[in-house]
Amino acid sequence: MIVGERKPIGEIIGNLKAFQSVLILACGTCVTVCMSGGEKEARELAALLCLKGFTAQARVIERQCEPEFNLLLQEEIASYEVLLSLACGIGVQVLADGFPGKSVLPGLNTTFMGAPIRQGVWEERCSGCGDCTVHHFGNVCPITRCAKSLLNGPCGGSKGGKCEVKPERDCAWQLIYDRMNAQGRLEELLSIQPPKNWSSSRYGGQRKMFREDVTL
Amino acid sequence: MSLLEEILRKGFFAVTAEVGPPKGTERSVIEKKCLQLRGYVDAVNITDNQTAIVRLSSFASCLIARECGIEPVMQMVCRDRNRIALQSDFLGACALGIENILCLTGDHQSMGNHPQAKNVFDVDSVQLLSIFHNMCEKKVFENGENVKGEVRAFLGAGENPFADPMEFRVYRLAKKIKAGAQFIQTQAVFDVEIFARFMEEVRKMGLHEQAYILAGVIPVKSLQAMRYMENEVPGLVIPTHLLRRMEKSKDPKEEGVKICVEIIGELKKIEGVRGVHIMAIAWESIVPEIVTRSNLYPRPSREVE
Repeated sequence: MIVGERKPIGEIIGNLKAFQSVLILACGTCVTVCMSGGEKEARELAALLCLKGFTAQARVIERQCEPEFNLLLQEEIASYEVLLSLACGIGVQVLADGFPGKSVLPGLNTTFMGAPIRQGVWEERCSGCGDCTVHHFGNVCPITRCAKSLLNGPCGGSKGGKCEVKPERDCAWQLIYDRMNAQGRLEELLSIQPPKNWSSSRYGGQRKMFREDVTL
Repeated sequence: MSLLEEILRKGFFAVTAEVGPPKGTERSVIEKKCLQLRGYVDAVNITDNQTAIVRLSSFASCLIARECGIEPVMQMVCRDRNRIALQSDFLGACALGIENILCLTGDHQSMGNHPQAKNVFDVDSVQLLSIFHNMCEKKVFENGENVKGEVRAFLGAGENPFADPMEFRVYRLAKKIKAGAQFIQTQAVFDVEIFARFMEEVRKMGLHEQAYILAGVIPVKSLQAMRYMENEVPGLVIPTHLLRRMEKSKDPKEEGVKICVEIIGELKKIEGVRGVHIMAIAWESIVPEIVTRSNLYPRPSREVE
């Protein structure tokens, strides 16, 4: 899922300085599941902003990343000065595209594509490089989970299974080694991974997908 | 052929040291360190923005070192340059006669003085070695296009026998050698026992016959410095008996030199160790004494057979 974190309240209020009435728009997908931009969080934020003197109301849009869902709230949106989106960065942009004359502010920082590893803890898993090869690495992505994106083994700073850059982070290569070892596949780690073709990643610029078979 | 390569090929026990460029433009800093080392080491490694702190470039510092009459080993890390820039600088080094190149991954930028920087890591050290190896041997760039002109280098890599997962270290070394590393400089050895076990694995795989392995050592000035390295430098293992020796010593500097000389003595006896790499960080002046007391002075010169 896409994981997000609500912006600090001070920053949100600062961004709202020029406005009086604000419609807070939660998103019913990823950010609801990661408990940062769902209905509950939107209502809490609305209550808080009312206390601070704003006219604030909370609404949920099922999927802000799809324009049709945003248009359902057209009338209500028209009666507020500003929209505060609690969706991920995609939702904010799609919402703004649907109402180009409207002020739209982000209420979340989109942090990463990841997974909950236990209650209240999420971890990044994918960088969206556009050329998945996790199966070569015991299904632990070194591009995302190694701080240096190393493809040919651990750097010299792996200690006790932890990363030298952040000791609370697992060393991806320790995880890769352990899993490949358990599967009896260590031999595979001996082959040299050639330089990666990054042209399918974001380094090639904005990406677009076109599928003729599903177009109308 | 570089002097370092020639010395190793002829079977002499090689000695290299390290010089870190200054955080500024004073070339005298490099000159002073190089003049202290000249005659006592076969080559000096010039670090490439080590610990991710901005310093005078390795490339420029290598040229300064050479002007001081000392052969440089140009360190190149993958943190700050992509394959375009790395290949370009490699061509530059070849054109200017910098013959020894050490390919490293590089410390993460968050450990340095510009932690907000974006990193590159387009390629890793193994891939960098294979790119340079192919430029030398097959005369092709990473993309397969032809390289014009003479491309020749003595390619090296680092290896840390003390980092985890330890069982994988010798395999990583094998990958580096397979990729094109001709010499290896290891992380500093304090625990000779662990290192000897690593070398045993190296010999089992025959790697000591495929690349020249130089064991790293660090002379330590004080107990505090030793504790700092034990706690703050990832992948450095310092046995407690050495900490105790430093603690008890009335002359910690002398004790540090003694320990270093003893370790070199033990390393010389390990089959497959072809030299030492002395990393006297901010204590370059002690290197001549260590080399002399280790019976590694005088160094072989080009004329000496």
